[in-house]
Amino acid sequence: MLTTQQEKLMGELKAIVEKHGTDRSALIPILQDVQKCYHTISDFAMQVIADMLGIHPVEVNSVVTFYAFLNEKYHGKFVIRLCRTISCEMAGKAAVARQLENDLGIKFGETTDDGRFTLEWANCIGMCDQGPAMLVNDQVFTRVTPEKVHDILQMCEQSFGPHTLQKAEEHVL
Amino acid sequence: MTSKKNNPCADGTCRVPTSQRPQTISTDANNGDIGALVTVVIDDQEVKVPMGTTILEAARSIGVKIPTLCYHEDLCIAGVCRICLVEVEGQRTLQASCAYPITQPITVKTHTAKVRQARRHILDLMLSEHYGECYACFRNNNCELQSLAKEYGVDYFRFGHPEKSRHKIDRSSYSVVRDMDKCIQCRRCVRTCIDLQEVGVLEALGRGDKTEIATYLDKPLGDVVCINCGQCINRCPTGALRANDPTDEVWAAIDDPTKHVVMQTAPSPRAGICEEFGMEAGTPMTWEMNTALRRCGFDKVFDTNFTADLTIIEEGTELIIRLYKTLVEGDTSMPLPQFTSCSPGWVKYIEHFYPERLGHVSSAKSPQQMFGAMIKTWYAQINNIDPADIVSVALMPCSAKKFECNRPEMCDSGYKDIDYGLTTRELAQMIREAGIHLPDMPKSDFDDPFGTATGSGVIFGATGGVMEAALRTVIELITGKKVEDFYEHADIIPVRGFEGCRYVELQIPEEVGPVPDLIKHLVPNWDWVKGATLKVGVAHGTANAKKVMEDIKAGGKFSECHFIEFMACPGGCLGGGGQPIPTTPEIRAARARAIYAEDAAYGKAGKPRKSHENPAVLRVYEEFLKEGPCGHLSHKLLHTSYTPRGKFIG
Repeated sequence: MLTTQQEKLMGELKAIVEKHGTDRSALIPILQDVQKCYHTISDFAMQVIADMLGIHPVEVNSVVTFYAFLNEKYHGKFVIRLCRTISCEMAGKAAVARQLENDLGIKFGETTDDGRFTLEWANCIGMCDQGPAMLVNDQVFTRVTPEKVHDILQMCEQSFGPHTLQKAEEHVL
Repeated sequence: MTSKKNNPCADGTCRVPTSQRPQTISTDANNGDIGALVTVVIDDQEVKVPMGTTILEAARSIGVKIPTLCYHEDLCIAGVCRICLVEVEGQRTLQASCAYPITQPITVKTHTAKVRQARRHILDLMLSEHYGECYACFRNNNCELQSLAKEYGVDYFRFGHPEKSRHKIDRSSYSVVRDMDKCIQCRRCVRTCIDLQEVGVLEALGRGDKTEIATYLDKPLGDVVCINCGQCINRCPTGALRANDPTDEVWAAIDDPTKHVVMQTAPSPRAGICEEFGMEAGTPMTWEMNTALRRCGFDKVFDTNFTADLTIIEEGTELIIRLYKTLVEGDTSMPLPQFTSCSPGWVKYIEHFYPERLGHVSSAKSPQQMFGAMIKTWYAQINNIDPADIVSVALMPCSAKKFECNRPEMCDSGYKDIDYGLTTRELAQMIREAGIHLPDMPKSDFDDPFGTATGSGVIFGATGGVMEAALRTVIELITGKKVEDFYEHADIIPVRGFEGCRYVELQIPEEVGPVPDLIKHLVPNWDWVKGATLKVGVAHGTANAKKVMEDIKAGGKFSECHFIEFMACPGGCLGGGGQPIPTTPEIRAARARAIYAEDAAYGKAGKPRKSHENPAVLRVYEEFLKEGPCGHLSHKLLHTSYTPRGKFIG
């Protein structure tokens, strides 16, 4: 039988909501799961989730826009967040940022055309003693140098492909 | 401490989760009795208050004024604006008095140097983002931010003042205009929309200094599920939200000698307009307003109560048809309970949130639209006026009426039935502009042929009023006896009041009368209702409407009702989104008293108080709608259909 994209998404969202329950407090875990699976929280998903939880879509929208790790815009499979606060700045964040931009060919706040990488700024991630620090999805990298950037990106690319897809989504690297 | 009683947070009916409610006292720090009295010293005055009272409430009870912005008596406590900061002895930081429940004896200072400076800074910060000039704002002289700036002696902008507009004014809605340049993010509109009305259009999007009050995905207001109730307008402390104002067009029509401009006035604005002229809430201005309107240049002034009576006849007949079809013939095409359709906010609410239940909504138009259709047909006909030259204006307490008169289906007369909907505030503005001080006006009556109204029409303005009016008529039609035989002065008290949802049962006596001529063709006799129990419900505010709808869905007691009155606004029309600002439970109660007093005055003057006794209505059925209520012509002109809209925002 044919199912539309929306029906398919609806079924998957239903499974996610069932996992966490329909209490209002389940909203953030649900949104985190949706973000992880789809790399975006779409307009449709927000309305479906709101409906299932018995709240208003604009409340879901409010939560999504509040948290930096929840996004309405599509984010790549690998979201690289470089710390921009003062300790990392003094430890040489600028060179790392330049290297990231050069290697990926995008600016901060953008996603590569192939949808693999997104580059973003993060405020302090608590690694001030080991700066410059950055996050690739859930994984922390410290004392990053421009040379290391190359290795990290290569590791990402190697873990990405048809045969490693499942693994990549679950464990990142 | 009346506010506490009415606040949805306090009585536990609010939908906000416990974690987000203000702290309520469940355990006592001193192991005393919960609800015990505790002594507080506020500015050297001692006062005993029950535990859990906030500092703000305690201060107000002894006449100490603490400024507020985000606090509103109808709403949950947010504590976001911080203007109500006070110093609590022993606490390092200043405390927001609206969100500080008293649990132990404390000493509070409300105007120390530290407090004054903090408040001034908060104001300065608000003004540094508040774009606009006061004299070009409709809230000039009635703005809470403006009066605070005056109170705190703001004479320069410490943190600057925006010189450029940062937001486009959202005029996409027929009813509500949003000017976010004036927003101070107190979130009263958010709490109104989400908690009080449960419509859920407005929320704070973003974080920190990028926070904006916006709709879903920041879409234009006309594209989201807004029901146009305008409750947010009544609670906005500044001019960020206002109704779509057609006064310029109305003036233009008045100034055009070829146009015949007619005005109809609803009962609620008459009870509310006095507040715009500095008088105490609840001073009725019906007859003074008639004179003022004529002096403004309106050619005719009619009473919407006339069509309120017509609505009762049409809607009551529809109810009898529904009951007969369902209970006697077993035909389920017109399901029970029947819902009222007078409130355009409620109609849009059900179109969005319960489209599957639209079959329950009476097809009768609201009084405003019925009047529009009557003016451009019958009135034009008997007075030999080309309907194209008639400009029909409606004075309503309501912002949703502006949307309603622009519905595409509301053109049954062949023209736009109602050209402009004015709110109470806008009319007060027009009257002021004409140099008229309303309270000084001599009294005058409404114009014929719609001049005669009844007390039943007047009480449409209060919650439970439509139900009371309908019951008066239905009881008399069925029993053939006077309502006064059953209820003293025909006041059906059980349906009155301000509780959110009311459920009332009425016993129909074993003795019934003959079927009146008016509806003889619809039902053969009354044998089928002998001794039956008529179950009715009343709900006001869409949050309560939602409760009733969910109860019906779950098969609760409201699902057994025969007739339910729904009003979108708290308190009914008298608390509508077009009424004077501010609104509080006390003000609404005063307006209700004015409305019921006008109804009682009809009785004292010996005028009819029941819709089916209205001579003008009977004349219409004799001369114009000859097939009687719910006949062919009345279906064409006085009934409408609804659009299932759904809540999905495309």
